Amino acid sequence: MMVKKPGAMSTAMSAFFWVALVYAAWRLLDWGVLNAVFRPDEPACHALERSGACWGVITEKIRPLLFGRYPHDEQWRPLLALPLMLLGAGALLWRPWALSLRGVMLGAGLLSLAVGVLMHGGVAGLVVVPSDQWGGLPLTLILAGMTMALSLPLGIALALGRRASWSWVRWACTGFIEVTRGVPLVMVLFMAAFMLPAIIPARFEVSLLWRVMIALTLFSAAYLAEIVRGGLQTVGSDQFDAAKVMGLSGWQTQRLVVLPQALRAVLPALVSHAIGLLKDTSLVMVVSLHELTGALSLSLGGDPQWRPYYLEGYLFVAAIYAAMCLSLSRAGRRVEQRWLVSGGQQ
Amino acid sequence: MLDFLHQPAGFGIGETGLLVYDASQPLWRALAVGLGNTLRVSLPALVFATVLGTLIALARRSVHPGLRTAGNVYIDVVRNVPLLVQLLMWYFLLLDGLPDTTLTLGWVQGVTLSKGGLSFPWLVADHGAWSWSIPTQDGLSVTGGATVTPEYLAVFMALVTYTAAFVAEVVRAGLESVPQSLSESAQTLGARPRQVMLRVVLPQALRTMVPAMTNQYLNLIKNSSLAVAVGYPDLVSVGNTAVNQTGRAVECILVMMSIYLTLSLLTAALMNWFNARHALRGQS
Repeated sequence: MMVKKPGAMSTAMSAFFWVALVYAAWRLLDWGVLNAVFRPDEPACHALERSGACWGVITEKIRPLLFGRYPHDEQWRPLLALPLMLLGAGALLWRPWALSLRGVMLGAGLLSLAVGVLMHGGVAGLVVVPSDQWGGLPLTLILAGMTMALSLPLGIALALGRRASWSWVRWACTGFIEVTRGVPLVMVLFMAAFMLPAIIPARFEVSLLWRVMIALTLFSAAYLAEIVRGGLQTVGSDQFDAAKVMGLSGWQTQRLVVLPQALRAVLPALVSHAIGLLKDTSLVMVVSLHELTGALSLSLGGDPQWRPYYLEGYLFVAAIYAAMCLSLSRAGRRVEQRWLVSGGQQ
Repeated sequence: MLDFLHQPAGFGIGETGLLVYDASQPLWRALAVGLGNTLRVSLPALVFATVLGTLIALARRSVHPGLRTAGNVYIDVVRNVPLLVQLLMWYFLLLDGLPDTTLTLGWVQGVTLSKGGLSFPWLVADHGAWSWSIPTQDGLSVTGGATVTPEYLAVFMALVTYTAAFVAEVVRAGLESVPQSLSESAQTLGARPRQVMLRVVLPQALRTMVPAMTNQYLNLIKNSSLAVAVGYPDLVSVGNTAVNQTGRAVECILVMMSIYLTLSLLTAALMNWFNARHALRGQS
């Protein structure tokens, strides 16, 4: 865009910005690595007087940070569930195009069962750990994974329902989508956690984790429905005609012709929704489910000795979230590129 | 069904802004204070997020690579960390960093900062005449002017810095939607870079940005309900207290829902009006 050659002033400005950037990076390195204390040694951290980071707080608090209030002696179970879930996510994100829907569903089902048994116990001599004691990173992954898996089909159903020929289905779906998208997630979580028990008779009561998961699923489905609807609109009416000529039924048309094209068209939006959902799981902290963010507040809040090093704790948690979000968006980009190369066929 | 809104609320609210409130007032006043708090933090945050976001978007298009890198890093970091984590970080930073004793900021007369919050001059109506009320130090506390608590500041800072990253992406997409040939032809006609940006690129970019920007504004208003995590009494927080206090869960939910839906509809209508006005001007 620049037609003129950059003048001396511009070059000086460029140099200034570089110097500022390098200086900031140097200060960060100095604080975070060179001057930092990595041992769980509180006096040493105190002696730093903030000239360096005290990563010792992470070393000291790693168990309550990663597993929340899960009973200490049973923490090998979430420790085992964690790599299981990460492997599952890795298998899904590594080569998504090479997987069949049936395989993914079977794998996800088996994984949920394994993680559920490990976390909850009650079989094979495992002590029962009620879900209100689950916490930390495994809980974040369970919430994000389950919500995404459950809300995608529901979102697709809502999107199709919004285009249904029966007007009452159309109105019900539209109403649900618009109302849910209009209210904040925190309010929906409060409803699930505190207000539902007041309305529902005690004998139908389900655990807090399930109520929150259902709330998250409904909330996420409303947003997914709008994304999917955008995708459905990209599929031309000639596709329906062609499918009819081929003798496909209405349901077969949707499943084999329309939805694959619609979902492919909105893949970037689906990926950023998944990232948003992963970040939003942190909100369950306000209804006292101690996932990663809540586990940090829990482990630092009650400890005056380590509490001053909250910043290091939050940076650590932020880094975990960033790593997960960035791998999600990277996987999304790889799928897009793959489709681009294969000309949208594959 | 909504009579219960006229019963005394029976609970206090820590921060009421410009509204006067105490526990003996009817419940609807309590909810109004909550709504007032939501708007009091959302609306200024909305303005500042737009400005900061636009600046970041411009930085990412800058001719200076250092500035571009800084903009990219900012967006990558802020967008990939949950708002709640950032909010709590801001809150603890403020609790830690704010001076114990009142600190007078030199650059503006009457602005003070302390653990009690930020105090600044504010217009007050006194028998029909407007005048500035300047905060003055009175022993350990500050009287006069207007004061916002550290909780408010944390919510405000978190909303501004978080939303700015998303606004920056919207602005970038908007700027990229304007064909480069247009700015080149403006340059050929002798327009300075500033003129090209303000007179040619920005007016056209604005039009494509409006729907996405509306979404970000709505998100910001809804995200302000995270305030409950640091104890800032916004609408959701007050509503939740009201449910516990009255036991009228369904009614309270309906009231809150209708308020949020009204807010969403109002914002959408305002942006549509802006859009229509702008589109019209572009055609003439």
